Amino acid sequence: MSVMAQERIEAPAWSARWLADRLGGVALHVAVIGLTIAWMVPTLGLFVSSFRHLTDISNTGWWTALSPPFNFTVENYSKVLAQNNLGTSFLNSIMITIPATIIPAALAAFAAYAFSWMKFWGRDILFLALVGLLAVPLQLTFIPVLKMFNSVGLSGTFLGIWLAHTGYGLPFAIYLLANFFRSLPTDLFESAEMDGASTLTVFFRIVLPLSVPAIASLVIFQFLWIWNDFLVALIYLGGTPPVAPMTVTVANLVNSLGSGYHLLTAAAFLSMIVPLIVFFSLQRFFVRGILAGSVKG
Amino acid sequence: MPDLSQFLTNQLPTLVVAVIGVPVVIGLYIVGLEFLVRRLPDAVQPRARPWIWVGPALVFVTVFLVIPLISTIWISLQDKHGTAFVGLSNYLAVLSDPAVLLTIRNNLYWLVLYTFFTLLFGVMMAVLADRVPYETPVKSLIFMPMAISFVAMSVIWKFMYSYQPPGATQTGTLNFLLTSLLHIDPITWIQDQRFNNFALIAVAIWGWVGFAMVILSAALKGIPGDLLEAARVDGAGEITIFRRVIFPLLMPTVTVVATTLIIFALKAFDIVYVMTAGNFDTNILAVKMYQEYFVSADPGRSGAIAVILLVAVIPVLVFNLRQFRAQEARR
Repeated sequence: MSVMAQERIEAPAWSARWLADRLGGVALHVAVIGLTIAWMVPTLGLFVSSFRHLTDISNTGWWTALSPPFNFTVENYSKVLAQNNLGTSFLNSIMITIPATIIPAALAAFAAYAFSWMKFWGRDILFLALVGLLAVPLQLTFIPVLKMFNSVGLSGTFLGIWLAHTGYGLPFAIYLLANFFRSLPTDLFESAEMDGASTLTVFFRIVLPLSVPAIASLVIFQFLWIWNDFLVALIYLGGTPPVAPMTVTVANLVNSLGSGYHLLTAAAFLSMIVPLIVFFSLQRFFVRGILAGSVKG
Repeated sequence: MPDLSQFLTNQLPTLVVAVIGVPVVIGLYIVGLEFLVRRLPDAVQPRARPWIWVGPALVFVTVFLVIPLISTIWISLQDKHGTAFVGLSNYLAVLSDPAVLLTIRNNLYWLVLYTFFTLLFGVMMAVLADRVPYETPVKSLIFMPMAISFVAMSVIWKFMYSYQPPGATQTGTLNFLLTSLLHIDPITWIQDQRFNNFALIAVAIWGWVGFAMVILSAALKGIPGDLLEAARVDGAGEITIFRRVIFPLLMPTVTVVATTLIIFALKAFDIVYVMTAGNFDTNILAVKMYQEYFVSADPGRSGAIAVILLVAVIPVLVFNLRQFRAQEARR
């Protein structure tokens, strides 16, 4: 688009249109940069606050810390890690997130392969049902699943939450992968079949290697989704510190800290570190997952 | 670090077992059953094989989504103790409860304002960013909140909304701007019932504009440049081009994004739970449902609220299915 703009005939200098074009350009940059800064201010404010002393946080705004004398500290981080189970929660988040990402991704890959390249009775209806389930709020499942978990001793366990996240993540995961698998060329399958390749060989040697970008999108999406999940963990883990992930612990701190309110800044930032690293290093895949995930018109 | 030693002795073994064991089990499952299927007569193989591949996923979806869904509807027709069938009386009780009606009003605020403003900012950012050379970093920064949890967003905004009495130094960004730039009294954003619902919705909008922007921006790049150039040659101004050319072409994508946002607005939970716990007239259906179950210990009413949520998403669900079918028909 910028190329085209250059091709347009330049208006003579200082004419009315020349001025209007220049001012429009300036307004555009002001609007874009202004909005971007406005969008960053909340996060930036918390980030700066997390390195300030308690007395500074409660007496002055975070922006005053940006001018000398600089008076930063990492005390909030060391305190919140030592006192508030945040270290345990961080490890719990890892414990929950890794298997709850691997299991649904693997099962979804199998199912998506069958949905895209095998014929079976009820295939289209089943796939339609999965698309329908994408819209169903998880709230509809909490009471019965919790009762089931309670009766078999799975509530408050990592295994329970892995299984729950697998069930909840599958419709989206299958939808995303099936859309990708179906776009692979038919010839590929025909020639492999003619060479006498087994279903397993086709899946592991042809489909999976060709689908690395789609699988990467799914894994990152699911990883961030689980890492950031609060509600499912709250319901099935009950929010007890020995198994609580970061989100649950930080949410508890919001209500319980009271006078130690400043520690919340550090706690929130610690909970954001992993997703931010994943996001900024693998953004491309995340965006692709989002684009593929919406039911397209 | 006591955490670390505990992790090494208790959790790390579990994690290793899970990370290595789970893929091994899944791998053995598919290889083992494929091995068995190949022993079957040739005529039976193509009929048996697909069920091996979709089987595990279907079991999970049935156990965690389909059966619970039906079961919740059944629970909503029973009394508090799950012993007697009470018909629709939970629904009557819930729908005549002023507290629930308030949550429905609030969910409508969420539905309309969240969806509208997220789309508005999303379109705006997509169109504006498309015209500057530093588009990528701008989009990346606007999109960043999508990567963090709603719990973290809530903490970020608790500090934005923080309040000190008039006259005291304002430490919250918004109240500082109000008092120093506009010279008006600070607002208790979280408690003041004139503003608090909108303050909470604003947090969600801030978090999700990036989502709308990214999808709309991809759609925008799909609009052929010739089309816009032709309009410019015909003397159309940028605003006319946006209204007459760009916006109509973006409309299908806007609809798709809107359905996702609507579902989110209906089932929103985290922000309200963390920031107000539903107090100060900010409660919403999902939080109310949680409270009915865990605080009032009334699965019947809790289930009824969940079913109300389901009824509310049905139009979106039907729309999605239609979109999907239309998309399939074009294949």
